[in-house]
Amino acid sequence: MSDLAERVKKIVVEHLDVDPAKVEPKASFIDDLGADSLDIVELVMAFEEEFDVEIPDDAAETIQTVGDAINFITEQKK
Amino acid sequence: MFDLSGKCALVTGATGGIGGAIARALHGQGATVALSGRQAEKLEALAGELGERAHVAPCDLGDLDAVDALPKQAAEAMGGLHIVVSNAGVTRDGLMLMMKPEMWDEVIRVNLTAYFRLAKAALRGMTRQRFGRIIAVASVVGVTGNPGQANYAASKAGMIGMTKSLAAEVASRNVTVNCIAPGFIATAMTGALNDQQKEAILSKIPAGEMGAPEDVAAAAVYLASEEARYVTGQTLHVNGGMAMI
Repeated sequence: MSDLAERVKKIVVEHLDVDPAKVEPKASFIDDLGADSLDIVELVMAFEEEFDVEIPDDAAETIQTVGDAINFITEQKK
Repeated sequence: MFDLSGKCALVTGATGGIGGAIARALHGQGATVALSGRQAEKLEALAGELGERAHVAPCDLGDLDAVDALPKQAAEAMGGLHIVVSNAGVTRDGLMLMMKPEMWDEVIRVNLTAYFRLAKAALRGMTRQRFGRIIAVASVVGVTGNPGQANYAASKAGMIGMTKSLAAEVASRNVTVNCIAPGFIATAMTGALNDQQKEAILSKIPAGEMGAPEDVAAAAVYLASEEARYVTGQTLHVNGGMAMI
Protein backbone atom coordinates (compact mmCIF):
# COMPACT_ATOMS: atom_id res chain seq x y z
CA MET A 1 0.00 0.00 0.00
CA SER A 2 1.05 3.56 -0.67
CA ASP A 3 1.78 5.96 2.15
CA LEU A 4 -1.58 7.66 1.58
CA ALA A 5 -3.40 4.33 1.68
CA GLU A 6 -1.62 3.44 4.92
CA ARG A 7 -2.73 6.71 6.51
CA VAL A 8 -6.32 6.11 5.39
CA LYS A 9 -6.16 2.61 6.82
CA LYS A 10 -4.80 3.86 10.12
CA ILE A 11 -7.69 6.34 10.50
CA VAL A 12 -10.24 3.64 9.69
CA VAL A 13 -8.71 1.16 12.13
CA GLU A 14 -8.60 3.74 14.91
CA HIS A 15 -12.05 5.14 14.32
CA LEU A 16 -13.95 1.91 13.81
CA ASP A 17 -11.79 -0.13 16.16
CA VAL A 18 -11.49 -3.01 13.70
CA ASP A 19 -8.86 -5.63 12.89
CA PRO A 20 -6.31 -3.99 10.52
CA ALA A 21 -6.33 -7.14 8.40
CA LYS A 22 -9.95 -6.47 7.47
CA VAL A 23 -9.24 -2.97 6.21
CA GLU A 24 -8.51 -3.68 2.56
CA PRO A 25 -9.48 -1.56 -0.45
CA LYS A 26 -12.60 -3.52 -1.33
CA ALA A 27 -13.89 -3.56 2.24
CA SER A 28 -17.23 -1.76 2.61
CA PHE A 29 -17.40 0.50 5.65
CA ILE A 30 -20.96 -0.50 6.46
CA ASP A 31 -21.15 -4.13 5.28
CA ASP A 32 -17.67 -5.34 6.18
CA LEU A 33 -16.42 -3.01 8.90
CA GLY A 34 -19.57 -2.49 10.95
CA ALA A 35 -19.79 1.27 10.46
CA ASP A 36 -23.05 3.17 10.65
CA SER A 37 -23.92 6.22 8.56
CA LEU A 38 -22.68 8.58 11.27
CA ASP A 39 -19.33 6.72 11.34
CA ILE A 40 -18.94 7.45 7.63
CA VAL A 41 -19.58 11.15 8.17
CA GLU A 42 -17.01 11.15 10.96
CA LEU A 43 -14.49 9.27 8.83
CA VAL A 44 -14.94 11.80 6.06
CA MET A 45 -14.31 14.60 8.57
CA ALA A 46 -11.20 12.82 9.79
CA PHE A 47 -9.93 12.39 6.22
CA GLU A 48 -10.54 16.07 5.55
CA GLU A 49 -8.36 16.98 8.50
CA GLU A 50 -5.62 14.45 7.96
CA PHE A 51 -5.19 15.20 4.27
CA ASP A 52 -6.26 18.85 4.25
CA VAL A 53 -8.85 18.27 1.53
CA GLU A 54 -12.48 19.28 1.16
CA ILE A 55 -14.86 16.39 0.62
CA PRO A 56 -18.23 17.84 -0.47
CA ASP A 57 -21.40 16.19 0.88
CA ASP A 58 -22.37 14.64 -2.46
CA ALA A 59 -18.90 13.15 -2.89
CA ALA A 60 -18.97 11.84 0.66
CA GLU A 61 -22.06 9.82 -0.24
CA THR A 62 -20.13 7.95 -2.93
CA ILE A 63 -17.41 6.86 -0.51
CA GLN A 64 -18.59 3.37 0.43
CA THR A 65 -15.36 1.37 0.61
CA VAL A 66 -11.82 1.89 1.85
CA GLY A 67 -10.73 1.94 -1.80
CA ASP A 68 -13.28 4.67 -2.61
CA ALA A 69 -11.75 6.82 0.10
CA ILE A 70 -8.19 6.21 -1.04
CA ASN A 71 -9.10 6.96 -4.67
CA PHE A 72 -11.01 10.11 -3.83
CA ILE A 73 -8.25 11.55 -1.67
CA THR A 74 -5.58 10.56 -4.21
CA GLU A 75 -7.51 12.45 -6.90
CA GLN A 76 -7.88 15.48 -4.64
CA LYS A 77 -4.18 15.57 -3.81
CA LYS A 78 -3.09 15.56 -7.49
CA MET B 1 -24.46 17.43 41.49
CA PHE B 2 -24.66 19.42 38.28
CA ASP B 3 -21.01 20.45 38.42
CA LEU B 4 -19.98 21.99 35.10
CA SER B 5 -16.32 22.68 35.91
CA GLY B 6 -14.13 22.28 32.85
CA LYS B 7 -17.08 22.55 30.47
CA CYS B 8 -17.34 25.29 27.86
CA ALA B 9 -20.77 26.64 26.96
CA LEU B 10 -21.96 28.91 24.16
CA VAL B 11 -25.20 30.76 24.89
CA THR B 12 -26.98 32.72 22.16
CA GLY B 13 -29.37 35.49 23.01
CA ALA B 14 -27.37 36.15 26.16
CA THR B 15 -28.52 39.78 26.16
CA GLY B 16 -32.09 38.66 26.88
CA GLY B 17 -33.67 37.83 30.22
CA ILE B 18 -33.66 34.06 29.81
CA GLY B 19 -30.33 33.86 27.94
CA GLY B 20 -28.60 36.01 30.55
CA ALA B 21 -29.98 33.88 33.37
CA ILE B 22 -28.86 30.69 31.62
CA ALA B 23 -25.36 32.08 31.11
CA ARG B 24 -25.15 33.11 34.77
CA ALA B 25 -26.40 29.74 35.97
CA LEU B 26 -24.02 27.69 33.80
CA HIS B 27 -21.16 29.95 34.87
CA GLY B 28 -22.23 29.58 38.48
CA GLN B 29 -21.88 25.80 38.17
CA GLY B 30 -18.30 26.24 37.02
CA ALA B 31 -18.62 26.36 33.24
CA THR B 32 -16.67 28.69 31.00
CA VAL B 33 -19.18 30.65 28.95
CA ALA B 34 -19.20 32.43 25.59
CA LEU B 35 -21.94 35.04 25.48
CA SER B 36 -23.49 35.71 22.11
CA GLY B 37 -26.03 38.28 21.04
CA ARG B 38 -26.42 41.34 18.88
CA GLN B 39 -25.57 44.04 21.43
CA ALA B 40 -21.85 43.88 22.17
CA GLU B 41 -21.97 46.37 25.07
CA LYS B 42 -24.61 44.37 26.92
CA LEU B 43 -22.55 41.23 26.45
CA GLU B 44 -19.43 42.99 27.70
CA ALA B 45 -21.33 44.18 30.75
CA LEU B 46 -22.50 40.66 31.57
CA ALA B 47 -19.02 39.23 30.97
CA GLY B 48 -17.60 41.90 33.28
CA GLU B 49 -20.09 40.96 35.96
CA LEU B 50 -19.25 37.26 35.67
CA GLY B 51 -15.51 37.90 35.72
CA GLU B 52 -13.28 34.96 34.93
CA ARG B 53 -14.34 32.25 32.49
CA ALA B 54 -16.58 34.61 30.51
CA HIS B 55 -16.05 35.49 26.85
CA VAL B 56 -17.98 37.63 24.44
CA ALA B 57 -18.92 36.45 20.93
CA PRO B 58 -21.27 38.95 19.27
CA CYS B 59 -23.33 37.55 16.40
CA ASP B 60 -26.47 38.52 14.49
CA LEU B 61 -28.43 35.31 14.04
CA GLY B 62 -30.13 36.84 11.03
CA ASP B 63 -26.75 36.47 9.30
CA LEU B 64 -26.59 32.72 8.78
CA ASP B 65 -22.96 32.73 7.61
CA ALA B 66 -22.03 34.33 10.90
CA VAL B 67 -24.02 31.62 12.71
CA ASP B 68 -22.02 28.92 10.90
CA ALA B 69 -18.80 30.48 12.17
CA LEU B 70 -19.98 31.09 15.74
CA PRO B 71 -19.29 27.69 17.36
CA LYS B 72 -15.72 27.63 16.06
CA GLN B 73 -15.16 31.19 17.18
CA ALA B 74 -16.52 30.37 20.63
CA ALA B 75 -14.49 27.16 20.87
CA GLU B 76 -11.30 29.05 20.06
CA ALA B 77 -12.03 31.70 22.66
CA MET B 78 -12.87 29.17 25.37
CA GLY B 79 -10.50 26.35 24.42
CA GLY B 80 -13.32 23.91 23.74
CA LEU B 81 -17.05 23.58 23.26
CA HIS B 82 -19.23 21.14 25.17
CA ILE B 83 -22.56 22.87 25.61
CA VAL B 84 -24.54 24.95 23.14
CA VAL B 85 -27.66 26.76 24.26
CA SER B 86 -29.66 28.01 21.30
CA ASN B 87 -31.76 30.58 23.06
CA ALA B 88 -32.01 33.59 20.77
CA GLY B 89 -35.44 34.18 19.36
CA VAL B 90 -37.67 36.88 17.95
CA THR B 91 -41.41 37.44 17.72
CA ARG B 92 -43.35 39.22 14.97
CA ASP B 93 -46.88 38.68 16.20
CA GLY B 94 -50.06 39.22 14.24
CA LEU B 95 -53.14 37.33 13.17
CA MET B 96 -52.26 35.04 10.33
CA LEU B 97 -54.81 36.66 8.01
CA MET B 98 -52.77 39.82 8.35
CA MET B 99 -49.33 38.25 8.58
CA LYS B 100 -46.91 39.46 5.94
CA PRO B 101 -44.65 36.81 4.41
CA GLU B 102 -41.64 38.76 5.72
CA MET B 103 -42.92 38.34 9.28
CA TRP B 104 -43.08 34.60 8.73
CA ASP B 105 -39.68 34.38 7.05
CA GLU B 106 -37.82 36.40 9.65
CA VAL B 107 -39.13 34.40 12.60
CA ILE B 108 -38.44 31.07 10.92
CA ARG B 109 -34.95 32.19 9.92
CA VAL B 110 -33.84 33.52 13.30
CA ASN B 111 -35.57 30.94 15.50
CA LEU B 112 -35.44 27.74 13.49
CA THR B 113 -32.89 28.00 10.70
CA ALA B 114 -30.29 29.59 12.95
CA TYR B 115 -30.76 26.71 15.41
CA PHE B 116 -30.15 24.24 12.58
CA ARG B 117 -27.02 26.06 11.44
CA LEU B 118 -25.71 26.51 14.98
CA ALA B 119 -26.26 22.88 15.98
CA LYS B 120 -24.77 21.58 12.74
CA ALA B 121 -21.65 23.68 13.12
CA ALA B 122 -21.21 22.58 16.74
CA LEU B 123 -21.72 18.87 16.06
CA ARG B 124 -18.43 18.10 14.39
CA GLY B 125 -16.43 18.78 17.49
CA MET B 126 -19.01 17.21 19.79
CA THR B 127 -19.21 13.89 17.96
CA ARG B 128 -15.43 13.76 17.77
CA GLN B 129 -14.91 14.42 21.45
CA ARG B 130 -17.76 12.02 22.28
CA PHE B 131 -19.48 14.57 24.46
CA GLY B 132 -21.96 17.30 23.78
CA ARG B 133 -25.04 18.99 25.12
CA ILE B 134 -27.28 20.89 22.73
CA ILE B 135 -30.10 22.71 24.43
CA ALA B 136 -32.70 24.68 22.52
CA VAL B 137 -35.03 27.12 24.17
CA ALA B 138 -38.36 26.49 22.47
CA SER B 139 -41.72 27.57 23.90
CA VAL B 140 -44.95 26.18 25.24
CA VAL B 141 -46.70 27.68 22.22
CA GLY B 142 -44.70 25.36 19.96
CA VAL B 143 -46.80 22.59 21.46
CA THR B 144 -50.10 24.33 22.23
CA GLY B 145 -50.27 26.99 19.51
CA ASN B 146 -51.27 30.56 20.26
CA PRO B 147 -53.46 32.99 18.33
CA GLY B 148 -51.36 35.77 16.85
CA GLN B 149 -48.21 33.66 16.85
CA ALA B 150 -48.54 31.29 13.89
CA ASN B 151 -44.99 32.08 12.82
CA TYR B 152 -43.47 31.88 16.30
CA ALA B 153 -45.36 28.70 17.22
CA ALA B 154 -44.33 27.07 13.94
CA SER B 155 -40.69 27.96 14.53
CA LYS B 156 -40.76 26.54 18.05
CA ALA B 157 -42.58 23.36 16.99
CA GLY B 158 -39.94 23.03 14.28
CA MET B 159 -37.18 23.27 16.86
CA ILE B 160 -38.78 20.47 18.85
CA GLY B 161 -39.03 18.22 15.80
CA MET B 162 -35.46 18.93 14.74
CA THR B 163 -34.29 18.24 18.28
CA LYS B 164 -35.86 14.78 18.31
CA SER B 165 -34.37 13.85 14.94
CA LEU B 166 -30.90 15.07 15.79
CA ALA B 167 -31.04 13.42 19.21
CA ALA B 168 -31.62 10.07 17.54
CA GLU B 169 -28.74 10.65 15.13
CA VAL B 170 -26.06 11.47 17.68
CA ALA B 171 -27.13 9.67 20.87
CA SER B 172 -24.50 6.99 20.29
CA ARG B 173 -21.80 9.68 20.48
CA ASN B 174 -22.76 10.80 23.96
CA VAL B 175 -24.27 13.98 22.56
CA THR B 176 -27.70 14.84 23.91
CA VAL B 177 -30.11 17.25 22.29
CA ASN B 178 -33.07 18.60 24.23
CA CYS B 179 -35.51 21.48 24.32
CA ILE B 180 -36.71 23.59 27.17
CA ALA B 181 -40.20 24.96 26.62
CA PRO B 182 -40.78 27.95 28.88
CA GLY B 183 -44.30 29.11 29.50
CA PHE B 184 -44.81 32.76 30.41
CA ILE B 185 -41.61 34.08 31.91
CA ALA B 186 -41.22 37.66 33.13
CA THR B 187 -38.82 39.16 30.53
CA ALA B 188 -38.77 42.03 28.05
CA MET B 189 -40.61 39.76 25.58
CA THR B 190 -43.59 39.29 27.93
CA GLY B 191 -43.20 42.82 29.34
CA ALA B 192 -44.63 44.07 26.05
CA LEU B 193 -48.01 42.56 26.94
CA ASN B 194 -50.73 44.90 28.28
CA ASP B 195 -52.40 44.38 31.68
CA GLN B 196 -55.47 42.76 30.18
CA GLN B 197 -53.34 40.25 28.29
CA LYS B 198 -51.30 39.53 31.41
CA GLU B 199 -54.43 38.92 33.46
CA ALA B 200 -55.78 36.54 30.85
CA ILE B 201 -52.50 34.64 30.88
CA LEU B 202 -52.26 34.43 34.66
CA SER B 203 -55.76 32.98 34.87
CA LYS B 204 -54.46 29.99 32.89
CA ILE B 205 -51.38 29.35 35.04
CA PRO B 206 -52.06 27.07 38.02
CA ALA B 207 -48.95 28.37 39.76
CA GLY B 208 -50.62 31.80 39.72
CA GLU B 209 -47.60 33.78 38.56
CA MET B 210 -45.25 34.15 35.67
CA GLY B 211 -42.01 32.23 35.86
CA ALA B 212 -38.61 33.81 36.42
CA PRO B 213 -35.70 33.49 33.98
CA GLU B 214 -33.90 31.55 36.73
CA ASP B 215 -36.56 28.84 36.56
CA VAL B 216 -35.61 28.24 32.94
CA ALA B 217 -31.90 28.50 33.70
CA ALA B 218 -32.17 25.72 36.28
CA ALA B 219 -33.58 23.43 33.60
CA ALA B 220 -30.65 24.32 31.35
CA VAL B 221 -28.16 23.50 34.10
CA TYR B 222 -29.77 20.09 34.53
CA LEU B 223 -29.81 19.26 30.83
CA ALA B 224 -26.19 20.41 30.47
CA SER B 225 -25.01 18.27 33.34
CA GLU B 226 -23.40 14.85 33.38
CA GLU B 227 -26.39 13.69 35.43
CA ALA B 228 -28.73 14.23 32.44
CA ARG B 229 -26.66 11.98 30.15
CA TYR B 230 -29.58 9.56 29.62
CA VAL B 231 -32.09 12.29 28.74
CA THR B 232 -32.23 13.13 25.05
CA GLY B 233 -34.77 14.23 22.45
CA GLN B 234 -36.98 15.57 25.21
CA THR B 235 -38.81 18.80 25.77
CA LEU B 236 -38.71 19.96 29.36
CA HIS B 237 -41.71 22.20 30.07
CA VAL B 238 -41.17 25.00 32.58
CA ASN B 239 -44.55 26.68 32.70
CA GLY B 240 -46.11 26.65 36.16
CA GLY B 241 -48.58 24.02 35.02
CA MET B 242 -50.23 26.07 32.27
CA ALA B 243 -49.88 23.16 29.87
CA MET B 244 -49.33 19.59 31.04
CA ILE B 245 -48.10 17.51 28.15
